[in-house]
Amino acid sequence: MSDAKFFQRGKIQELRMELNSDKKDRNHTRKKATLKKIVANMTMGNDMSSLYPDVVTCMAIPVLEVKKMVYLFLINYAKSKPEMALEAIPTFRRDVEDPNPLIRALAIRTMGYIHVEKVTMCLLQPLRHCMRDQDPYVRKTAAVCVAKLFMQDRHLVENAGFIDLLREMLVDSNPSVVANAIAALTEISERSDHIQLKLNMSLASKLVTALNECSEWGQTYILESLMFVVPQDPGDAEMLAERIAPRLQHANSAVVLTAVKVIVYLMNYMAKDEDIASMCKKLSPPLVTLLSSGPEVQYVGLRNILLVIQKHPDILKNDIKIFFCKYNDPIYVKMAKLEIMFRLASESNVEQVLSELKEYATEVDVDFVRKAVRSIGRLAVKIESTAQRCVEALLDLIQTKVNYVVQESIVVIKDIFRKYPNRYESIISVLCENLDNLDEPEAKAAMIWIIGQYADRIENSDELLDDFLYTFLEETVEVQLALLTATVKLFIKRPTAGQDLVPKVLKWATEEVDNPDLRDRGYIYWRLLSTDVAAAKAVVLAEKPHISTETDNMDPVLLEELLLHIASLSAIYHKAPTTFIPHCKPRFLIPSPALRRQYYGRSQLIHQDSYVSIQSGQTSSSSKNGSSSKGEDEQNGDTIPSEPHHQRLSYHEQSFDQVAEASIGNQKYYDLKIAAENPYRTDTPSAASASNGNKGSVGDLMSFDL
Amino acid sequence: MISALFIYNQKGEVLISRLYRQDLKRSIADVFRIQVISNTDVRSPIITLGSTSFFHVRHENLYIVAITKWNANAALVFEFCYRVINIGRSYFGKLDEDAVKANFVLIYELLDEVLDFGYPQNSEADTLKMYITTESVKSERAIMEESSKITIQATGATSWRRSDVRYRKNEAFVDVVESVNLLLSTQGNVLRADVAGQILMRAYLSGTPECKFGLNDRLLLEKDAVNRSTGGTQKRSPNTVEIDDCQFHQCVKLGKFDSDRTISFIPPDGEFELMRYRTSDNINLPFKVHPVVNEIGKSKIEYKIIVKANFSSKLYANNVVLSIPTPLNAAGVTCMVSAGKAKYVPAENAMVWKISRFQGQSEFMLTGEVTLTAMTHKKAWSRPPISMDFQVLMFTSSGLLVRFLKVFEKSNYKSVKWVRYMTKAGNYQIRF
Repeated sequence: MSDAKFFQRGKIQELRMELNSDKKDRNHTRKKATLKKIVANMTMGNDMSSLYPDVVTCMAIPVLEVKKMVYLFLINYAKSKPEMALEAIPTFRRDVEDPNPLIRALAIRTMGYIHVEKVTMCLLQPLRHCMRDQDPYVRKTAAVCVAKLFMQDRHLVENAGFIDLLREMLVDSNPSVVANAIAALTEISERSDHIQLKLNMSLASKLVTALNECSEWGQTYILESLMFVVPQDPGDAEMLAERIAPRLQHANSAVVLTAVKVIVYLMNYMAKDEDIASMCKKLSPPLVTLLSSGPEVQYVGLRNILLVIQKHPDILKNDIKIFFCKYNDPIYVKMAKLEIMFRLASESNVEQVLSELKEYATEVDVDFVRKAVRSIGRLAVKIESTAQRCVEALLDLIQTKVNYVVQESIVVIKDIFRKYPNRYESIISVLCENLDNLDEPEAKAAMIWIIGQYADRIENSDELLDDFLYTFLEETVEVQLALLTATVKLFIKRPTAGQDLVPKVLKWATEEVDNPDLRDRGYIYWRLLSTDVAAAKAVVLAEKPHISTETDNMDPVLLEELLLHIASLSAIYHKAPTTFIPHCKPRFLIPSPALRRQYYGRSQLIHQDSYVSIQSGQTSSSSKNGSSSKGEDEQNGDTIPSEPHHQRLSYHEQSFDQVAEASIGNQKYYDLKIAAENPYRTDTPSAASASNGNKGSVGDLMSFDL
Repeated sequence: MISALFIYNQKGEVLISRLYRQDLKRSIADVFRIQVISNTDVRSPIITLGSTSFFHVRHENLYIVAITKWNANAALVFEFCYRVINIGRSYFGKLDEDAVKANFVLIYELLDEVLDFGYPQNSEADTLKMYITTESVKSERAIMEESSKITIQATGATSWRRSDVRYRKNEAFVDVVESVNLLLSTQGNVLRADVAGQILMRAYLSGTPECKFGLNDRLLLEKDAVNRSTGGTQKRSPNTVEIDDCQFHQCVKLGKFDSDRTISFIPPDGEFELMRYRTSDNINLPFKVHPVVNEIGKSKIEYKIIVKANFSSKLYANNVVLSIPTPLNAAGVTCMVSAGKAKYVPAENAMVWKISRFQGQSEFMLTGEVTLTAMTHKKAWSRPPISMDFQVLMFTSSGLLVRFLKVFEKSNYKSVKWVRYMTKAGNYQIRF
């Protein structure tokens, strides 16, 4: 029988009449039908809360289907009608004592969803019983219920002994109970100021044993919790990783990616390079297999692969072909693949990569084509031997005259000029043929930079600049800055050609424009030129710093943090979770005698007695407590004291203080960091635009740093 | 974890709305409708606004949407969405707008069961069907009478199988289904060729059978060979397959596979996917395609496409379809084929050539001519690749074979096993 007929807007009055009608109602079919209409209306977003007195009376009907619908109604409206929830309490009380475990579990589960203080109070006692219920189904439901309770009233949970009960459940004989208990503890630990989950090796080992019998979701929860094991000995890390490795073969990608996360984490605590290498070997095939899942999971996999290969470049280095785009891949998969292709490109495969990129540059999607063109340019900068072919490819693309392709090409050609001076300037004439179609600031600025830089080689550079200057006041700051500098370069290189233009531009920049960067730069040039032309020449035409694709690499501190979040949203966005999730605890590598100290390329073990003592004090306390150490007052779970030993986590010696701050989770540090680094942030428009402005001209600005 | 789950139809109407956490209100449903469903250019399956993240999967005419305010495990959220679709299929045959509307109360019941506080719980359709059924009376009775059996099933180590399964005739069917992916460059070089295989099983076996499954897996067989003949240089046996990677249904004992590469399991009752695998070594491509496409001036394109079946002449392929792209400004298309039927489909900008039965080793040709209208803008034609679809029975591109399937059960019954092979086109693309 189809329920579709109930899916229509109902009038409250009519529904009430139907519920209360005295007509014969055999098997309660009429009541059931009316409740279905109410549920349908709830779904459609119509407010049904005023029906509560009538709905609550239906609780007396001894039909499970009716009960479930009434409970759904309660969950939906209890918050806005707390008095309704009170009327349901007697039924709940009866149900939690029911001999049938499914009914007991249903009552506990539903009560946990109802955020009304009186209901919560009634829940406490039965919940304690249920956590020790003889039926595993009730116990696993009760475990999750503690997490629900925690979201309502964390002090209640922390002080009423529920944490200890949950901890007991970690050694339950039933794998589902263990998995749900660990999921609840993990969530509580992530949200609490006072509770921090820590697993010692013996407990971790028990959990890993439970992995074999758990449902796929349970396996994910257990793996997730293993991130809170801090191996004290490299052998522990290796053993644990070995035991987790079979999960990489699981059909569920959540299990696979979470296992990858734990293994990558544990590698930080392994001693022997060959162990790490052999683990890396095991990681490659399952990561590739993720690409045969649905497109959404492929996307998640690709974004995470991009992180993993930055830390362990050996993984997947021979598998580049897997990342070639299929014509009908969704755009988000294509974009993610393109980035990985660029990362994996090397001398040995660059030919294939380049021919793929050329193919992509002729496709339809504008963003994808742009990214492909840009990748060709970056490839030239990354791998010198291929630069010539990349430049030829870009020239071919410019010949297509497709506007955005031309503009994108010019932007990257500028970088190629900077990387390989005096090699490809012969193509300038081709670029100059395409001046008229430039309408994007970045492309314009790049072209203007090229004209300024080669003012003495381009015969009519003064005319070209003059053309651009025609609209100076309407241009974006990025273009204006480029024009200003290019004009000064022209003047220094060819004084006669530039003498008419310079005063005009300087006057505009200093008098007509509001942007402080532009104005200040205008004044600096003006004064330099008027006091000492030789000095001006030294400044403006100074040797440029080298560029390389190293600048594309992620900040190692951020990368390290993101690797602790593999599979999560933050690893997809490549942003620390603290930047977009409020009240989120930052993660970092917790020092232990086994933690590897890592420099770029070189690695060694650290042996530092000073903090072993602190650490061992903590371990003993946490092992005594079993899993989670509940601290008193301010003893914050993750405040492993901010002693200097945090520095050992650092990747480059200069950023000691940054790392220390990141480690103790200083929110301010992140705020500053986002403001400085995150051009996508929209809530501080001025900051964003200013930093963008700077970015466009960073190459030239550097020459001022004498 | 997941804070809310919504199912929308294509118009953006909410068909199912279930909140699991108090950090969201139902009005969040409107945000997704505005940001994604009404948006013509959606470029990601995940969007985050503020701290609220929306995950969506499209299926039939539905959007399955999970919302979280936490740094959730994205793989888990998507896998769960896929699972919702699977449960729906298992219950209703297919999950589309009509099915959701016709069963919305049942879907709410299921959602209450499979997701608790946003944490996915047991979601094996076979177990769920023990106590949540389309006939409410039946489930009511089951819950009253068999509650302890249900709870043990739903939380136990073999949550995917009931213990009381009985069949008069014990049978197991194994289907090896391979999707072969190919990307051929303009010059005719293989850019990538790999096989994504699935082993599907339909098990109609009584009791709690322990199964052992064997493939011509090179790693396993070579190890055996080494064990048997110590010393001596071992040759690569020609009839083995090198599996790059494989993944198993949760019934397979992964620890055992990890230690000695044996595949042993207690199967769920009925149909399930036992394993997925991937190979990229020595792929037998079932079809070779030689396209010759010449643009003659700006007004004409000539096509000559030759396709040859590369498998044994005793076998044949079904439902072979080639889709040969034509430019957007195609005005007139004529094509001739030596077998099957070909016609121009303007909506797809392609000539579609269908051959319903294609004998092994045979070769067919299409010749075509496309006239073009003049275009105002001069963007070059992007030449999308030719794509191909087909099915070949009793053929595996990887060369994979099932060596044995052994069934052990307490009562020692005899069982009959069947195996079938099929290769179909995955992404079979030829650039020209």
